[in-house]
Amino acid sequence: MSKKIYERPILRKVVEGIPNKFGSLKRLRPVETIDNVAINDIIDEYGSPVFIISEKTIRETYKTAYCAFSTRYPKVQFAWSYKTNYLDAVCRIFHQEGSWAEVVSGFEYEKALDNNVSGSKIIFNGPDKSDADLTRAINNKSLIHIDHFDELYTIIEILPKLKERPQVAIRVNMDTGIIPQWDRFGFNYENGEAWNAINRILTDGGIDLIGLHIHIGTYITMSKAYSIAIEKLAALANKTFDRFQKSISYIDVGGGFASQNTLQGAYMPATDTTPSFDDYAHAITTAMTSVNFPNNETPTLILETGRALIDEAGWLAGSVLANKRLADGRRAMVIDSGINLLFTAFWYDYEIFPVQETSFQSEPTTIYGPLCMNIDVVRNNIDFPLLNKGDRFVIKRVGAYTMTQWMQFITYRPNVVLIDLNGKVHVIRKEENKEVFRIQELVPKHLQNK
Amino acid sequence: MSKLNSLAISDNGFIFKPSTGESFTTNELGLFIIQFLKENKSGEEIINAIMQDFDVDNVTAGRDMYEFLDFLKKENMID
Amino acid sequence: MEKKKLTIAITGLNNIDSPGPGVPVIRGIKDSNLNARIIGLAYENLEPGIYMPGLVDKTYLMPFPSTGSEAFLERLEYIQEKEKIDIIIPNFDSELYLFIKYSTKLLEMGIHTFLPTMEQFEERHKDNLPEYAKKYGITVPESKAIMNSNELANLPKPLSYPYFIKGKYYEAFKVSNQSQAVYYFNKLSAKWGLPVVVQQAIHGTEVNVIALGDGEGNTVAAVPMRKQYITDKGKAWGGITLNDERLLEITHHIIKQTKWRGGMELEMIKTDDGEYHLIEINPRIPAWVYLAVGAGQNIPEMLCRLALGEKVDPVTKYEFGKMFIRYSWDLIGDIADFEKIIIFGEL
Repeated sequence: MSKKIYERPILRKVVEGIPNKFGSLKRLRPVETIDNVAINDIIDEYGSPVFIISEKTIRETYKTAYCAFSTRYPKVQFAWSYKTNYLDAVCRIFHQEGSWAEVVSGFEYEKALDNNVSGSKIIFNGPDKSDADLTRAINNKSLIHIDHFDELYTIIEILPKLKERPQVAIRVNMDTGIIPQWDRFGFNYENGEAWNAINRILTDGGIDLIGLHIHIGTYITMSKAYSIAIEKLAALANKTFDRFQKSISYIDVGGGFASQNTLQGAYMPATDTTPSFDDYAHAITTAMTSVNFPNNETPTLILETGRALIDEAGWLAGSVLANKRLADGRRAMVIDSGINLLFTAFWYDYEIFPVQETSFQSEPTTIYGPLCMNIDVVRNNIDFPLLNKGDRFVIKRVGAYTMTQWMQFITYRPNVVLIDLNGKVHVIRKEENKEVFRIQELVPKHLQNK
Repeated sequence: MSKLNSLAISDNGFIFKPSTGESFTTNELGLFIIQFLKENKSGEEIINAIMQDFDVDNVTAGRDMYEFLDFLKKENMID
Repeated sequence: MEKKKLTIAITGLNNIDSPGPGVPVIRGIKDSNLNARIIGLAYENLEPGIYMPGLVDKTYLMPFPSTGSEAFLERLEYIQEKEKIDIIIPNFDSELYLFIKYSTKLLEMGIHTFLPTMEQFEERHKDNLPEYAKKYGITVPESKAIMNSNELANLPKPLSYPYFIKGKYYEAFKVSNQSQAVYYFNKLSAKWGLPVVVQQAIHGTEVNVIALGDGEGNTVAAVPMRKQYITDKGKAWGGITLNDERLLEITHHIIKQTKWRGGMELEMIKTDDGEYHLIEINPRIPAWVYLAVGAGQNIPEMLCRLALGEKVDPVTKYEFGKMFIRYSWDLIGDIADFEKIIIFGEL
């Protein structure tokens, strides 16, 4: 006779007025495979934890987003936001799909060049551009998005030494009803600073102003904000044309589209509330077509959305290290992936799933990472099935910012693998080992004796 | 184990404690263990019984059972 | 006349000191000509409506809306399989979003609802009230939606103490200094999320209207009421129907302008100069609905008929001077019933 499936004994006090399992538990079904590849096989081969990226999801998400905009507006260009995930393999998928590169540092700029993006298809954003960075980018005909007056004056200063005319846009910040207003980047619209910058650029004569750029914030769920922003940019474009007879060839609305990860403190899960690409596209393209740009021209619409394109494609699989009871009786589970790999866990309520069929029973559980730090909490107080030591889990939607913001604290960063369209698994970033760090370090002679 | 006998325990895993008015839920294995405790079986005997009926190793069964006994003690259901 | 028996599911059975509208809605249906089997949908295991004799034919526990649509729809599918529900009347603000969003899917399952559109539901949110008022020409108190407690330190004029600080979905507290404001901001944002709304307190009498819009601009039913006794939770413990034509005019205006679909409650302050300030629109039937039934307008019944696509003629008559006095009543339950709710989620 076969034995019954073991499920550890539980005793739970019924709290009156508090919902029981019917009230609060969404029965957590295991996630066993990603693109039909067994997660267990991936962990067996590439270790635990391991980041897993689905090429299929990236391409499908990109196509959905591109379609949403290109069916509504004639000239659409996406630029892959390197900071969201700059693993070369990931960037190259986006470039193959037709994305340009959007970079915010010399390091990212070099990565884009190495990924064979031609200079004229690189947008250089951000407040941190050295003279050397600017010179190289301008000579490569890259699009320079000027963030502040000091940068503008640097460009004017180096003009005589340049081989090409700078192709620039200015970044504009404004009140779009979004709180908080991001006024630390770019030139302000309402106080006239943006207009002053345009005047300064165009009176010089040596610089081409070809675009206007906004980025109204991150994790924006209000499509209405984009409409307000585009109206204001169009007003700037018209004023520019009236004074200088120069028309703007593109409008860059930045990124900021929300992914389906739920922000902590939100009442409803984001899967129910996040606007779709169609919602954003509708709001943005309606605004683009309802305003008049100078000369009846239609500027290209550039989008730098990062998070919403990659979050869904990334997974983090790992193992349970231990279960324990906290002093007050609550259950705690320690897993081998903490905030060293999921910096974003500070503001997201990540969805986490067991990899194998588990018990029906679940218990309020706090999930801790492996770091010796109190703040290393992956999920606070979620209803989670009873996993045992060595059982495996997978965390959903971790494609954005994790693999760029991760930190090397007390241990090595793990393998990152890509599942290609045929279900073949490739390592795209090797797990670190002590050599990686030894090569960076130098020991002074007087400390070298054994 | 007279304390356990004062509890109203249903086959569904619902436990009512008349002395305090509190209610609890337990699962199949919880009920299984309580049944053996009522029969004054020792820890060892219970673990063996669990291993006979369920697909589990000695260490896990023991660890989980003793944790369960701790809970029962904490709720003052056993001594 | 033998009528087809309808199965009607109702949420909000929490007839407690801050009561949900479920129990009075059910009473309205039972008083009507509808031949109905009543299914209770409860979120918590001690909602009194579950245990009240003769009220519901069966109750199911539901997952909280915050669990998300997946669990919510799964549970409804399970219940629908067993009960063949014709109509659901949701009664909590926090669940309306899901019911509205998935109303087409529910209809495919055979479940009718009669709810505001997503646009109507979203635009009347507390944090959007100033814009709403401008669009539809309504007077509202000064208010501001805030995302961060630092903003409390420099609120735009003319906002001044005392003001109300309100949760996104529920609860409001009157505060008269900053430390109180910060305290309630933290409390409300933790419970209901952001934003939290600050609204100028207006001196005057609170008057309310319960109304039903047919979705085409017609007011099918409307009864105004003044709260006579308000508990420390701000809930009416007694109220009286009013003959206030101006208040009804405003109600008709709002419903006509917005083409409101479904039940609603307008909360207004009438100042001593006779001005009306709209302080809140609740996008659902309020807990005092049974007063409207008693005064001659059976709003739950009309709402059910509208949900089924019947034509419902507007009712304008009601008795004024009808009162409700809420009372509490200890009913005797059995642990066995409690056990069924806990273990099976059904009773």
